[in-house]
Parts: sequence; C-alpha cells; structure tokens
Amino acid sequence: MLEFMEGSHAVAEIVKRCRPQVIAAYPITPQTHIVEDLAQMVANCEIDAEYITVESEFSALSACLGASAAGSRVYSATTSQGLALMFEVCFNAAGMRQPIVMTIANRSLGAPLSIWNDQQDSISLRDSGWLQFYAEDNQEAADLHMIAYKVCEDHDILLPAFVCFDGFILTHTYEPVALPSQEEVDAYLPAFSPYQRLDAADPLSLGMYATPEYYMEFRYEVDRAMQRAKQAFIKAGREFGERFGRDYSALVEGYRLEDADTALVAMGSICGTAKDAIDEMREHGRKVGLLNIRVFRPFPAQEIADALKDVSTVAVLDKNISLGNGGAVGIEVKTALYGSGISVYDYIIALGGRDVRKRDIVAVVDLAEKGEGDIFYGLRTEVL
Amino acid sequence: MRELRIHGRGGQGSVTAAELIAFAAFEGGVYAQAFPAFGVERRGAPVQAFVRFSDEKIRLRSQIYEPDYIIVQDPTLIGDVDVFKGMKAGGLAIVNTEKPDFDSRVPEGVKIYTIDATTIALEELGVPITNTTLMGAFAAATGEIKLESLEHALRNRFSGSMADKNVKAAERAYNLVGGAA
Repeated sequence: MLEFMEGSHAVAEIVKRCRPQVIAAYPITPQTHIVEDLAQMVANCEIDAEYITVESEFSALSACLGASAAGSRVYSATTSQGLALMFEVCFNAAGMRQPIVMTIANRSLGAPLSIWNDQQDSISLRDSGWLQFYAEDNQEAADLHMIAYKVCEDHDILLPAFVCFDGFILTHTYEPVALPSQEEVDAYLPAFSPYQRLDAADPLSLGMYATPEYYMEFRYEVDRAMQRAKQAFIKAGREFGERFGRDYSALVEGYRLEDADTALVAMGSICGTAKDAIDEMREHGRKVGLLNIRVFRPFPAQEIADALKDVSTVAVLDKNISLGNGGAVGIEVKTALYGSGISVYDYIIALGGRDVRKRDIVAVVDLAEKGEGDIFYGLRTEVL
Repeated sequence: MRELRIHGRGGQGSVTAAELIAFAAFEGGVYAQAFPAFGVERRGAPVQAFVRFSDEKIRLRSQIYEPDYIIVQDPTLIGDVDVFKGMKAGGLAIVNTEKPDFDSRVPEGVKIYTIDATTIALEELGVPITNTTLMGAFAAATGEIKLESLEHALRNRFSGSMADKNVKAAERAYNLVGGAA
C-alpha cells in the first residue's frame, strides 16, 4: 500500500523494521531527519535498539564498528563532511569485515561550504571496501536498505554498505512510498547471525597489525568478497522482487536502450529527470536511452559493457569530480567500454546542488552527439 | 502533470503547505510530489516550495519553472520576487492580499484569485500564518484537491483545537473563493 511521506521518514521507518540493535549517528544536514526520526523511535520504545549519542561522526562509526564486532546489527547515517570525518573508520570497518549499513544523504564537500547535493562524498570513499548502492527515488532508497543488510550479512560477503540517496532532492521530498510491514521485513531479513563476535569467554582480536607477509592477502580477500557481492546482490534483489513485486536483481538498469544510438549513464535521482527527457526526445524521433548504475561498488563493468554494446555514443552524467581527471563514473565507464569503439563522453554536472532540468539532459545529448564532451556542463562563464 | 509553486517568507509555512496540499492530492487518488527550494532557512527571507500532481508516477526532480499554479503568501514579495515568472497561459494565481488591486505585472492568460488570508488567519488562528487558509483557496480555485481531503490532511498534521481552527480557516477561504469562482 502506498503511503505519502518524506524520503527521510521512509528510510527511518524501513531501518526500524530492519531491527538494528545499535544506532550511532551524528546529525548533519541533510541527513538530520533520518536520525531524528530514529532517535524518537528509540525513545518511544518503538524499536529495541540502543541509540548512542556521540560527539562526532568519527565516534559514531567507531561505536558502530565496536557494536558490530560484538555481534549486533548496526546502523548509521551521514553525509559530506561527516563522511569525510569517518574516512579512517570506513577503511577499518571494511578491513575488519563488519556488515554495517549506513545511509549517505549525498551532499557536496567543502570548501567552499555547501549543504546541497552532489555525490562527491560517497564517491570519494569508492576505494574503502564499502558496497555502494544509489537510489533513484524514495521507494528504492527504502528498499535498498533491506537488500543491503541481506547482502552485507551474507557470510560469503561480510562487508559494509552505503545506501546513497540524494540529499534534499530525495531526503526532503514527500512522495508515495510502499513500505513492507514488520512481518514482511522479518520474513525477508532474518535476525543477524554474526560470523564471529567479540566474546570474553572466547577472545579474538580484530584489526590487528599485519606484517608485509600477510597484509596483501587481507586486501585480496576484501576484493574477492566485493566481487562475490555482485551475485549476492542479484540474489537478494531477485528475492525482494518475488516477495514485494519490485525487482532489484539488476546491478544496472536500462531505460529505452533497446534501439538506442545514444545512451546516458547516471546514478541516483537525476535518472528520473533523464527518463522524462528521454521520453520527450523519443517523441521527436531521437533514439536515446539511459543506463542507471544502481550498484557502483562492486563496479558492474561487464554488465555495463553488455547493456551498452549496441549504442554508438555514451554520455556519462557525473555529480562528482576526481579533480585532475574528470568524473569518477565516466572514468570507470570508459574503462568498462575500452576497445569497444563506442564514443564515451563525460559531463560534470549538478555539483553543489545546481538544478538539472529536462532541457539540460537534452543539451548533454546534443553535445555528445556532436562529439563534445569531457567538460563541466552548464558553467556560468560570466563569473569565471 | 500539473505544477504548483508556492512563494512565501521563511516562517510562513510554505513548505508545510506544499506537503499538505500534496498529501491531500494523494489522498484524492493521484500521484503527488512536494519539496522545498532547498536552502538555509531564514525567517522572513523569500522561500519557495513546490508540488507536482500527476495521474502517473512522478520521476521529474527539477524545481518548477513553468507552473500551472502559484500561491503567494505575502503580497510584499511581489516587488522583490518575480512570482509570476514562467507561469503557463491559463494558469491560476492565488494571492494573499487585502488590496485586490495590487500593482503587478500579471502575465497574459493568468487568472488571479485574491484573498485576505491574513485577516482570516488572525481571526481563526490568532496568528498571521496564512498557509492553511490559502490551501482552502487553492482547493476551491483549482479543484486539484477536495475539501475533505484537505481537512483530512490538516487533521493528520494538527491535533485538537489547532486542527479545528486550521480546518475552519481553510473552509472559510474555500467558500469565499468557491463563491467567486
């Protein structure tokens, strides 16, 4: 049943139904509504969790890491500078193989200070060993949390995950969302069964010092788990579809790609605007489609190559920049399509909350079809 | 798809108005989307909030530049902000003012409904917060939301006498504008 609610509230409600046992977070715009809702749910005894109030994001994720190691299902949420402050703990959480699920309410990074949306924050942690999922709308944002716990806690995976949804554009938008009931969530997501846990009666250590004889093998094992996570996601996404009618078995999802000459590639809420723009371009006879990258880590290079094999031109919309070398998604899509003969152009777009309209999407397609790309789109040259 | 842009000042409840109008539209059986013009909230500064209505799932995420409808909560905005900017021909504007002959450049083909929502809000609520009053005017002028859906939205948001007062304010505006329309 569809209900009308704010994106942040939809996420908080579904996190509640995932039954985390420990929540630790530090409020930061635009993540705030999620953790305010969860704090209230804990205070009202609607959820049997311990909510640890902390003085920083570093402590928030450290508390989650300890609680996860002790055998609890844990949850956190952050964005932007908050995620930057977690940088060290993020790498530790992945290396210690703790299945933490954290929502990222995507926001740009300072300086200059900006509270508005782009995807620089989570993209900048792409090498940290966290799975990264991107939601197009609030329905998907809610659903991906259930899938994230299922994938992360799989004993063949044991990695943490970011569930990313665009700050303000989704977090603060009210729209219809269907939330599975507590019973339905419980049936899909059983109680957390830790692979191992800190136990005074049977001591073990995590995150110890590794000499050069061992360190590389630890990293190799994390990478192998990342690779296995593709199949785990597909399986969890398919089971989700069978139970709830919304199939997430695709790591990448095509829209009107079947006979497309030009394909846009994007992640997150911009895909919705792109779909509307594509429908209008199709009415004018232009053969344009979209590939939505839902899972950015592990990177679905083969799936992208398969989905785009019949197009001649690709335009990647990057709401981030790897300064000095273009957008991160564009760089990786170019690698995935290396040797295919397909022209791939990258567009840095919508940084720091700049609005994207349908006509901007059309303009990007025009540029790509003229062979003009690898640029910042929509710069205000008068202020440069 | 139809689009509404609400102009107000920080503290006047424009964002709440967008949420409640969209909620009422959803209750009435259509897809709806409500969101603010994201920014740093400052009391008294010009703000905007947006609503989309559609028979199909709404995917578009851009702000609203060519609205079918606008609501102007504060007539003093009209000098500072081009509230009519981009309005579609045939569009409807609901403007809170006690002086219906306000000086403005109204685009051709746009129909204006004026209502003294501040007086109604002061009489019914005791505060000059006009958002719920203007929702009633919007419902009557556009037909996008039913009065009973609006009442439900208000009672879902407010409780007790606060709900009753807001419903009364919305009803008064609904009847005033309904009579004029």
